[in-house]
Amino acid sequence: MLKRLSRLSIFIALFVFTALLAIACVAPDPNASTSTPGSSSSPAVKTLNLYNWTTYIDPEVVREFEQKFSAKVKYDTFDSNESLYAKIKAGNPGYDIIVPTDYMVEIMVAEGILEELNLSKLPNRKNLSPRFQNLSFDPNNKHSIPYQWGTQGLGYNIKATGGEIDSWDEIFDPKYQGRVALLDDMRATLGVMLIYLGYSLNTKSAEEIAEARDALISLRDNVAAFHADTGQDLLAQGQVDLVVEYNGDIFQKMEENPDLRYVIPKEGTIFWTDNLAIPKGAPNRELAEQFINFILEPEIGAKNSNFIKYASPNQGAIDQGLIDADSLKDPGIYPDPEVLTKLKILEDVGEATRLYDEAWTEVKVSIGG
Amino acid sequence: MATNRQKTTLGAVLIPATAWLVIFFIIPLLIVLVYSFLERGTYGGVQWSFTFENYQRLFNPLFLGVMGRSIWLGLVTTVICLLIGYPMAYYIATAPPRWRNALLLLVIVPFWTNFLVRTYAWILILRSEGLVNIALQSTQIIDKPLELLFTPFAVTIGLVYGYLPFMILPLYSTIEKFNFSLVEAAQDLGANDLKSLIRIIIPLTMRGIIAGSLLVFIPSVGAFITPNILGGAKTLMIGNIIENQFLKTRHWPFGSALSMLLMAVVLIPVMIYFRTEEARS
Amino acid sequence: MAISLPKSPALAGRKFPKFEILVRQWGGRSLGLFTTLGFAFIYIPILILVIYSFNLSRTSGVWTGFTLNWYSSLWQGATNQSLDISNILIWDALRNSLIVGSISTVIATVLGTMLAIALERFRFRGKALIEALVFLPIIIPEITMGISLLVFFSLAFQLFQTLTGIRLVLGLPTVIIGHVSFNISFVVITIRARLAELDPSLEEAALDLGASEFQAIKRIILPLIAPSIFSAGLLAFTLSLDDFIVTFFISGIGSTTLPLFVYGMIRLSVTPAINAISTLMLVASLVLVISSTSVQQNAVRK
Repeated sequence: MLKRLSRLSIFIALFVFTALLAIACVAPDPNASTSTPGSSSSPAVKTLNLYNWTTYIDPEVVREFEQKFSAKVKYDTFDSNESLYAKIKAGNPGYDIIVPTDYMVEIMVAEGILEELNLSKLPNRKNLSPRFQNLSFDPNNKHSIPYQWGTQGLGYNIKATGGEIDSWDEIFDPKYQGRVALLDDMRATLGVMLIYLGYSLNTKSAEEIAEARDALISLRDNVAAFHADTGQDLLAQGQVDLVVEYNGDIFQKMEENPDLRYVIPKEGTIFWTDNLAIPKGAPNRELAEQFINFILEPEIGAKNSNFIKYASPNQGAIDQGLIDADSLKDPGIYPDPEVLTKLKILEDVGEATRLYDEAWTEVKVSIGG
Repeated sequence: MATNRQKTTLGAVLIPATAWLVIFFIIPLLIVLVYSFLERGTYGGVQWSFTFENYQRLFNPLFLGVMGRSIWLGLVTTVICLLIGYPMAYYIATAPPRWRNALLLLVIVPFWTNFLVRTYAWILILRSEGLVNIALQSTQIIDKPLELLFTPFAVTIGLVYGYLPFMILPLYSTIEKFNFSLVEAAQDLGANDLKSLIRIIIPLTMRGIIAGSLLVFIPSVGAFITPNILGGAKTLMIGNIIENQFLKTRHWPFGSALSMLLMAVVLIPVMIYFRTEEARS
Repeated sequence: MAISLPKSPALAGRKFPKFEILVRQWGGRSLGLFTTLGFAFIYIPILILVIYSFNLSRTSGVWTGFTLNWYSSLWQGATNQSLDISNILIWDALRNSLIVGSISTVIATVLGTMLAIALERFRFRGKALIEALVFLPIIIPEITMGISLLVFFSLAFQLFQTLTGIRLVLGLPTVIIGHVSFNISFVVITIRARLAELDPSLEEAALDLGASEFQAIKRIILPLIAPSIFSAGLLAFTLSLDDFIVTFFISGIGSTTLPLFVYGMIRLSVTPAINAISTLMLVASLVLVISSTSVQQNAVRK
């Protein structure tokens, strides 16, 4: 009935939502410079369009950048490399900096999505450890600069395991029935099995992939869940005892729960690097390069890593003692050199992706029933 | 019999929405259809060579099995939503008029909170140390915690919870206009309450029941986020497979073909809906 | 409070009057009880969500203590005192969600109502086709719709640029377009269900008395389907607020909505900040509900 009742409720609805909108609008546009009041009206302010994971940068760093370069940083977020790829491939909507992980850099380079970096504009590149200046997926930093790196190992509750553990064997132990969580990612989880079985992480062999698949299927009683990067929560909640997760996630929880530990199993594991890259069609290329160079400064790199709690590829920061001492000492974040040799990078396997895909479906169908 | 004014009115109501759907939906859909006949690009996406391979791959028992399970879960979800939703919609629709809008809003307002944290809340309810287990254990009904989380049961609860408003709202809008004098007439003729319910109220609110069922069934068949979170990603649904194709495997043509399959399979109950429409008119 | 069935004087002459009165009374009460349980089912997870917005721990589910920190950081973000950019971004995300939600709901409800009336009250060629068309946006998997819209927009923008030289980009308008596209279907289906049960004799009478089709629609049909339009609008708004996949693919710079923001947090940690902002939205909406009830008067309906 378009009579009093509805009209009044519509009015009230509009009022309440306007109120919420008003609050939301009062919150400043992060596009406005948050440095000094009044500077946002300066016509010379440039914009940097950053496309990153949520909370994946120290807000201090953003402010310092904005102040130093008279710029505003616009920050949008994505949730996975694949979504990032699908979006940018259809045409760059105007981002200057994106943050893809190693294998995605490789794919994007092959597809011609990324700009070649002008290394002369990035003098701070010398601060990167030599290893990070020449990784397999992007030799000589032609298209990307490493931003953060980490490993994908085993997080566990030491009370449940009864002591320190050191091998992927542990997840097969029947005492963990229903107490293990694996990553819900076909390359990551099949990959870990491949490494455990002694094969290459990036094999294209159907037999090897099948073996990894069968190894996973044999875990059916132990697997409580395949988590989408919430493994650390499951561990902290006490829902599982062993979880395959990224180191930084586990370390965040360790602050609250001293029973939690992280280990890089002796058979080795996947090590990942997130990188800064400039997609083709970036409107503010110069500013983007300045941003990357800025991030490469030792103090800035240290600030970021100390905030996010992953490892920094910035050797300069390490040498100058700017990284949190506790993090540095922890082999979970900064592994010893021998362990480094057992860390492998994920690479795109082209057509063989289909083999992984089918194996993964079979694993899911067998385990889920 | 169509006068000019009638035609204008018809045009006015018909054209805007249809035009919108044609431009912003049909054309994108055609793109998907075309993609389903292409080949996967070397690194993903599509490349322009035609093939029927994607459709041939569909006839793998693996995918058909997953599709079957998704449909089953969709049906179960729909039935449970109907059983819970109909009485609730009835109650709200027959409540004093000034309470109706408020009750309806009370049903829907919780669903304006963020989906992810709502689903995480269910984890807290269903897990081994969650509400349900604590309640059951403290009242001595069970002594060991039940494994509720990461099971198809949890997925069903999650789906029912997520789609209940989709059932209640259409049902409400149909029952609300229901002419209760028909029931009085029937009772004057000797029907009791149960008979009135079964032979009068339900058939005449059937449009609402069907609308609600379709709005629950169709999305729940393709759901994948809830199965991932509450089912521990162990209950593979067709939605998971399609998502995997577009994102992880970057095999857009196969993802498109699978989408076409899903759409075709789901179109069947919709066709049934149309037949009942024609039969009634 | 609710009446299950209107009382009938005919009950007096019935075979088992006492039994039937019992059924009626208990029927009414159990309906009320059932509905209360139903609401409990709906609200218990919400209660948990609200409680955990006060959780000291960043981990969902591990209660380490009571705190108002999440709310205070939201407040700081809202008033530009915060040093943390994500406290500010979350409000932008909410604003975008509300803008997209309200605009797309209004457009979808208007278009959908018109389409429902067209399908339900008129005969015309190609009607079956359009009826099928209405169902497609619900049937299509969201990710397929998202990607197809993305490709469509990029092709359309390229075409537009070659024709006019103006370069369009993804942004809030494209998100709104996407939301309207799937919302129209929900609106049409909801409204048609009620429209079908409407007694056409009222409209026929009006037409016989010389009213035009348009007047008949405006003054007879619309008021009679108003509750339907309200439900359909609520449904559309809800769908829009929570949509992630389609929104992700067709959003542009600065059009991050709340779901996009939250999903981006999964990689590191979904903190109780989301619980807090959800609670705020809940409170605002409940205020709406309470005020709309207490101010309304009983309207004579029939």
